[in-house]
Amino acid sequence: MDVQTDRVNALIRKHKSEKKALIAILQDIQAEYSYLPKEALQQVSRSVGVPLIDVIGVATFYRAFSLKPRGKHVVTVCLGTACHVRGGPKILEEFERRLGVASGDTTEDGKFTLETVACLGCCAIGPVVVVDGEYHAQTSIRKVEAIIKQYLNK
Amino acid sequence: MKAPVKLKTVKALEQAVEAQKKLRQADKKPVLTVSAGTCGQARGALKVVEALQTALKKAKLDKKVKIRVTGCHGFCEAEPNVLVHPHDLFYQKVDPANADTIVLETLKKNRTIKALLYKDPVTGKTAPREKAIPFYKKQRRVVLGDNALIDPTQIDDYLAIGGYGALAKVLGKMTPEAVIAEVKTAGLRGRGGAGFPTGVKWEMARSQKGTPKYIICNADEGDPGAYMDRSLLEGNPHRVLEGMLIGGFAIGACEGIIFVRDEYPLAVKHVSLAVEELRKRGLLGSDILGTGFSFDIRIVKGAGAFVCGEETALIASIEGLVGEPRQRPPFPAEKGLNGKPTVINNVETWGNVPLILGKGGAWYAKIGTEKSKGTKIFSLVGKINNTGLVEVPMGTTLREIIFDIGGGIPGGRKFKAVQTGGPSGGCLPTSKLDLPIDYESLTAASAIMGSGGMIVMDDKTCMVDIAKYFLNFLRDESCGKCVSCREGTQRMYEIVTRISEGKGKVGDIELLEELAAAVKDASMCNLGITAANPILSTLRYFKREYEAHIKEKRCPAGVCKSLIRFTVLPDKCTGCLACKRACPNDCIHGTLREVHNIDQEKCIKCGACYEACRFEAVEAQRDEAIVILEGVK
Repeated sequence: MDVQTDRVNALIRKHKSEKKALIAILQDIQAEYSYLPKEALQQVSRSVGVPLIDVIGVATFYRAFSLKPRGKHVVTVCLGTACHVRGGPKILEEFERRLGVASGDTTEDGKFTLETVACLGCCAIGPVVVVDGEYHAQTSIRKVEAIIKQYLNK
Repeated sequence: MKAPVKLKTVKALEQAVEAQKKLRQADKKPVLTVSAGTCGQARGALKVVEALQTALKKAKLDKKVKIRVTGCHGFCEAEPNVLVHPHDLFYQKVDPANADTIVLETLKKNRTIKALLYKDPVTGKTAPREKAIPFYKKQRRVVLGDNALIDPTQIDDYLAIGGYGALAKVLGKMTPEAVIAEVKTAGLRGRGGAGFPTGVKWEMARSQKGTPKYIICNADEGDPGAYMDRSLLEGNPHRVLEGMLIGGFAIGACEGIIFVRDEYPLAVKHVSLAVEELRKRGLLGSDILGTGFSFDIRIVKGAGAFVCGEETALIASIEGLVGEPRQRPPFPAEKGLNGKPTVINNVETWGNVPLILGKGGAWYAKIGTEKSKGTKIFSLVGKINNTGLVEVPMGTTLREIIFDIGGGIPGGRKFKAVQTGGPSGGCLPTSKLDLPIDYESLTAASAIMGSGGMIVMDDKTCMVDIAKYFLNFLRDESCGKCVSCREGTQRMYEIVTRISEGKGKVGDIELLEELAAAVKDASMCNLGITAANPILSTLRYFKREYEAHIKEKRCPAGVCKSLIRFTVLPDKCTGCLACKRACPNDCIHGTLREVHNIDQEKCIKCGACYEACRFEAVEAQRDEAIVILEGVK
């Protein structure tokens, strides 16, 4: 992906290039590119005045950030306790089996990234799967195929 | 719409509250209230709203009936639900297709639609009113109850139920010391987990010399299975903000920060709107209501790290750093954000503050037990009939919550354990069901209050698997600063994993106990100190299950994949096809009314058939192959 220096600079300026806003800046960059491109991190380091090693430290510490480009559709399987006892891990395994990737990875065609979350806080409708921000309630192993198909050609 | 008026005096705020209260009382229009928190929306609440709007227009009632879109009402199982006022009806699991009937039958002809009423799964009785539903009957919803009365995006709705009345009282008539005294009288303790007395914390911060001072609202609700903070922020953000304004005044803080999980988009949206609205009304900024009190609130979004629920890690994260905890003391009340005195309370704690100042500390202290005052919101989830947010006085027993309010275990299965307090908590067995819940009793029973997650488990839940689940979570979320926690959680996870795979050795239980003690003793923050709780509590109450895995290579609950194979019991199978339909890999053979069988070669042991069978005809047998392997060794 092309990283536009201007665009990244605008995001940094929005937070007045403050060191304390490092996480917020990275969140905005991630929202723009769906991951943290290397060039953008270098730029942040220079403009904010935080050594690159510390920028990477923050970027790798927090779960929300990804250093790898993500797929067109992001599938997030909830693995909170309530979803766990209702079969969340089996849903994840079924996604892994059908998509042919492990959790955290992206399919070769770049269509799907499979991720997990520790709890979305809507335990009543578990097991929950979120695709591109859309909630799929009370999923089951059997529904996994249909969910994938729904986004395959979008 | 005209621009909102900036309130300039305490009197003006009081008048605004009174005006909104009167407006609401005078408004005799029927109201359809739709619950639309995150769960409600996921189940189509907004489509229901749209359908109701269309139906009202069609019936030419759109000017005569009000639709109020609110946050969550707590009864998640019944979402989306529609309350009809003044008919006082509770319609549950409403579908957009029901909209016309609600308008034509209930609103026009005053008829109750039986099919939409709550039906007790045990007695089969219907309940037309919210108050008649067993789920609500035993609750005391002093914090969460207002969610159903207000549109969280409208500050006037909050004013109409007396909101910001407590703030007016505080700013108009009280000194900061008097506010702190009132909170101390109430006996309020932190709802985030540890239960530290809130008034004492505030006093500590107030007495510090350093300025400026800060307050933080911890909305980084990280415990999996707990979502009361999300619900409160989504459904009643002004309640939390009012609490923060009162706290800010009491401590002498100039700024409040809401540290909220980014995984809660709706909460972020509603609380951001509410802060904007407060600025417009002059309730945030310099010299609020001409009292000389200057205070502002900003929102910081978390980036996903469980350890940031710990105060010092949370502060590091707000400062733009890696979220690692540091040694306490000094406590944040002495040296917190930017090295200045800082008070951190969680969402539910802040949400209790306006109640205490409004109704008085003495009133509040009448609710609850001797040492734990007020109510607590629990999220009742897992294998339970009535999933939802339950608010009960402290001292209510587990049995009342799980069976009277929660309606027991679905599918006629047996209760096995309830897990409280998130990853730092523990699993309590049947023998603890009559335990009155408060901070002390839970701790004594090897669990903790935590933020109030309550995950119910039935006999198809394996306790070794649950311990493994929490250890996996904790080893992943350990920040890595202390060796004991970083390595200890990893090693404990490895040992429990090998037990679950049938490779456990005699002596593993003792080794786990030893490791657990070391992790507890040598870790700095509460994540590490409590990391062994899931192990210790399951070992205390379910040791036999561990032994079955280790000695007999057997998973009694039929969960641990390596130890089981699924087979169909011919004499119990009715040939109903339920398991065949559930199988994702098409490895079940058989036609209708004919005994099914499972192709063991193809079986991926996902357990879908086991879950689907209503006749206990699918059995998770001990996989003999493992026993044979064990013999070869």
